[in-house]
Amino acid sequence: MTGDPGNLSCEEFQAQLAELVGSGEGPAAHPHVQSCERCRALLVDLETIAEAARQLFPSVEPPDEVWEQIESAIKQEGK
Amino acid sequence: MPNSSSPTQAPSRMRQNCGPEQKPAAPGFEAEILARAQTGDHQAFAQLYSVHKRRIYSLCLRMVGNVAEAEDLTQEAFLQLHRKIATFRGDSAFSTWLHRLAINVVLMQLRKKGLSLISLDEAMDPAPEDGPSRSFGAPDLKLSGAIDRLALEKAVGDLPAGYRLIFILHDVEGFEHNEIASMLDCSIGNSKSQLHKARLKLRDALRSQSRAEEQA
Repeated sequence: MTGDPGNLSCEEFQAQLAELVGSGEGPAAHPHVQSCERCRALLVDLETIAEAARQLFPSVEPPDEVWEQIESAIKQEGK
Repeated sequence: MPNSSSPTQAPSRMRQNCGPEQKPAAPGFEAEILARAQTGDHQAFAQLYSVHKRRIYSLCLRMVGNVAEAEDLTQEAFLQLHRKIATFRGDSAFSTWLHRLAINVVLMQLRKKGLSLISLDEAMDPAPEDGPSRSFGAPDLKLSGAIDRLALEKAVGDLPAGYRLIFILHDVEGFEHNEIASMLDCSIGNSKSQLHKARLKLRDALRSQSRAEEQA
């Protein structure tokens, strides 16, 4: 792998992407992204998906019956 | 066994949920409840249920995609918690421990349903043909516009279970990679890698859906 991050191929950059995204260092600032439209688009898509997950999947309240069944089962197990 | 109690009547700060409430706003408070629950205090157990029920139920629901099944799995996870709570020693955060327990219940169910999941290791290592496509070569289409919830739900539901699990834990539930690694007994690097692959697969699926809609 080349020592100059700006000279990475798309394949080399994308191989590092999981670590870059997870590191919180902001892969958008990576020199390869500055010069590669395809990888820039990929990053935007992945960020859009992560953001959509946060917004579109709120936590859901279980119905009260679930607790009632848990209590009932606990009582049964305690007998 | 103890008196009946309504977990919906827990103190308001215990009811706060949404997002990672287990990064405790009041760690001493939860620790006290946990300690009481470990000694068999049913009221304290009801409060623990009240605090954690939304996230555990939501995890189950996202993993199996079926309300009745998710209810059963939530029930089973909390029953297991009741049986095992005295063994919790605080080596990890309680929420991490509880999620790990719930994940095992979910994976057991997926195995019963005949999905090729034998262990967490296999969940974390989907078959190579399940991997995402690469994004070099021909020019790519960008995802256009806002992502539709139903489209994303379908795409998440179609992910291999291991990818789905990591995606839900990190991007939906907001757990950090170190917490996920602890839950799943994997490395932090593995968690990052699986999350990245999950997002790539979702991108593939959403773009395919988008193309199909354009052609329809």
